[in-house]
Amino acid sequence: MPQVAADIQRLKKIAQELRVDVIRILTEAGSGHPGGSLSAVEIITALFFHKMRHRPDDPFWSDRDRFILSKGHCTAIYYATLAKAGYIPQEELFTFRKLGSRLQGHPYPGPPDRRVPGIEAATGSLGQGLSIAIGMALAGRLARKAHRVYPLLGDGECQAGQVWEAAMLAPKYRLDNLCAIVDQNRIQNDDFVERTLSLEPFRAKWEAFGWHVIQVNGHEISEVVQALEDVEGVKGKPSVIIAGTVKGKGVSFMENNPEWHGKAPTREEAERAVQEILAAPL
Amino acid sequence: MGGKATRVAFGEALLKVAAKNDRVVVINADLGKSTNTVKFVEKYPDRSFNVGVAEANMIGIGAGLALEGWIPFICTFAIFVAGRFETIRVSVAYNHANVKIVGTHAGIGIGEDGYSQMGLEDIALMRSLPNMSVIQPGDAIETERAVEYIVEHEGPVFLRLTRQKVEDVNPPDYRFEFGKGVIVDAARGEGRDLTIMATGGTVHNAREAARELRSQGLDVRAVNIHTLKPIDEELVLDSVQRSGRILTVEDHGLHGGLGGAVCEVVAERGEGVVRRIAVRDFGESGDPVALYKKFGLSIDNIVAEAKKLLKTK
Repeated sequence: MPQVAADIQRLKKIAQELRVDVIRILTEAGSGHPGGSLSAVEIITALFFHKMRHRPDDPFWSDRDRFILSKGHCTAIYYATLAKAGYIPQEELFTFRKLGSRLQGHPYPGPPDRRVPGIEAATGSLGQGLSIAIGMALAGRLARKAHRVYPLLGDGECQAGQVWEAAMLAPKYRLDNLCAIVDQNRIQNDDFVERTLSLEPFRAKWEAFGWHVIQVNGHEISEVVQALEDVEGVKGKPSVIIAGTVKGKGVSFMENNPEWHGKAPTREEAERAVQEILAAPL
Repeated sequence: MGGKATRVAFGEALLKVAAKNDRVVVINADLGKSTNTVKFVEKYPDRSFNVGVAEANMIGIGAGLALEGWIPFICTFAIFVAGRFETIRVSVAYNHANVKIVGTHAGIGIGEDGYSQMGLEDIALMRSLPNMSVIQPGDAIETERAVEYIVEHEGPVFLRLTRQKVEDVNPPDYRFEFGKGVIVDAARGEGRDLTIMATGGTVHNAREAARELRSQGLDVRAVNIHTLKPIDEELVLDSVQRSGRILTVEDHGLHGGLGGAVCEVVAERGEGVVRRIAVRDFGESGDPVALYKKFGLSIDNIVAEAKKLLKTK
């Protein structure tokens, strides 16, 4: 076990650094979505720095696992991750949301002759990513490839009808190469999910649609890692990991506050946030 | 109406292209019988998917398959394509996903099912998307050639097809040229008095109207605009230079279709008058021929509108 423990410790350190990056690039951009980026840090860390088979130096490697950011507004954590993994230069992060940047406010893979490494699909209109992921999972099966597809959804996003069209379909095709992850941070643009439109019983809904469901604490990297391992043993049906998270996780004044869904911190707020993140025990 | 429905020609062409290209896949949303993909599904079950009555999901799945190098034909009624506009906008167009969107049941020509099933706004919507090409063949042979072209074309395409049979307007050795309008009855009529431009189910009536006008001593030519985007700007400009007048005829709503596209070119680069025959207001149930008459797409009405236009200076 010591090796596993060491790896978890490595991932926690990466997560901490990514949180700092999220704050810094959003502050530089002057706009964006901190809450849902901070809630997804451990999920994305576990995927990109542990579970996914991918080659940042060969980004279009055909056997790579695919990641789709269906909750497309959370580009801050996505781009920070792509930079740390080596897909894009670190300094490019500070072009985020600025004119001429490849790093659009919401993910854009670029035109065919200038695809952006690490970005599989355009998203940002909520509800569309799971369908695209199903298409990629079907494509993998048609090509007899073993790669897996990991779409990341928000819980508020699951109010969109297309999510349930897709949820209904994936079990029909027994897509066990598909593992959806829901970042259940319980806050959406206007308010708490529960006060806006309840999704409960959330787990039972996915189960009723024919999915294998695992619920984890989305900030416990060891739990996320374990769930990602476990779903590989599930055959004949798609899996969904419902990751319970805290919106704005790691920055006390952002945590659980709908105000921080879609605004950037001031420089002073950012400094406080970074100090808090760095002071937190790993 | 004789001839063959372009949706039927599509189903046949699809089988032919699929035999040559194993990247072609088909996604249905419970309308395989209507869009004529049933034979493809029978022959290539592994390359066929039916997502149920869930068009948005179908579009996204098509995008995912296309991003992985497959060539998906996603098939439903044109109006249900229009209904999922914003999903197409992000999942297909913005992704530069090589998805072939097939919308059958174009316009009032579908007849008895009535307005809710009639694609009347789809050209306007699809034309507005960057990166989206729009093709509407006018007969069976053109459909077959267009499908052959579309498989090779890199990028998303909207293919608009008729439910009803349409008469042949092209010769058997017809060659399809993307983005190029076709002068039908090319040897007859220079268009010194008028050019009539039509697309899809109305090309035949436009040709017959041009013949009738020529028999009355007028120099009128008919043009088939099978590619609505990118439209053949040079042919539009050439036409308006010849006579100062273009009459457009289409089984689509008044705004943003062929007439709109022609107006854009003439307003920006040409000089002349464009008169649009298109479906005004909601459609309704009825026999397709009777509907074409009521909504002004009949040969007689095209002739009458042409004469009105010829009286303008």
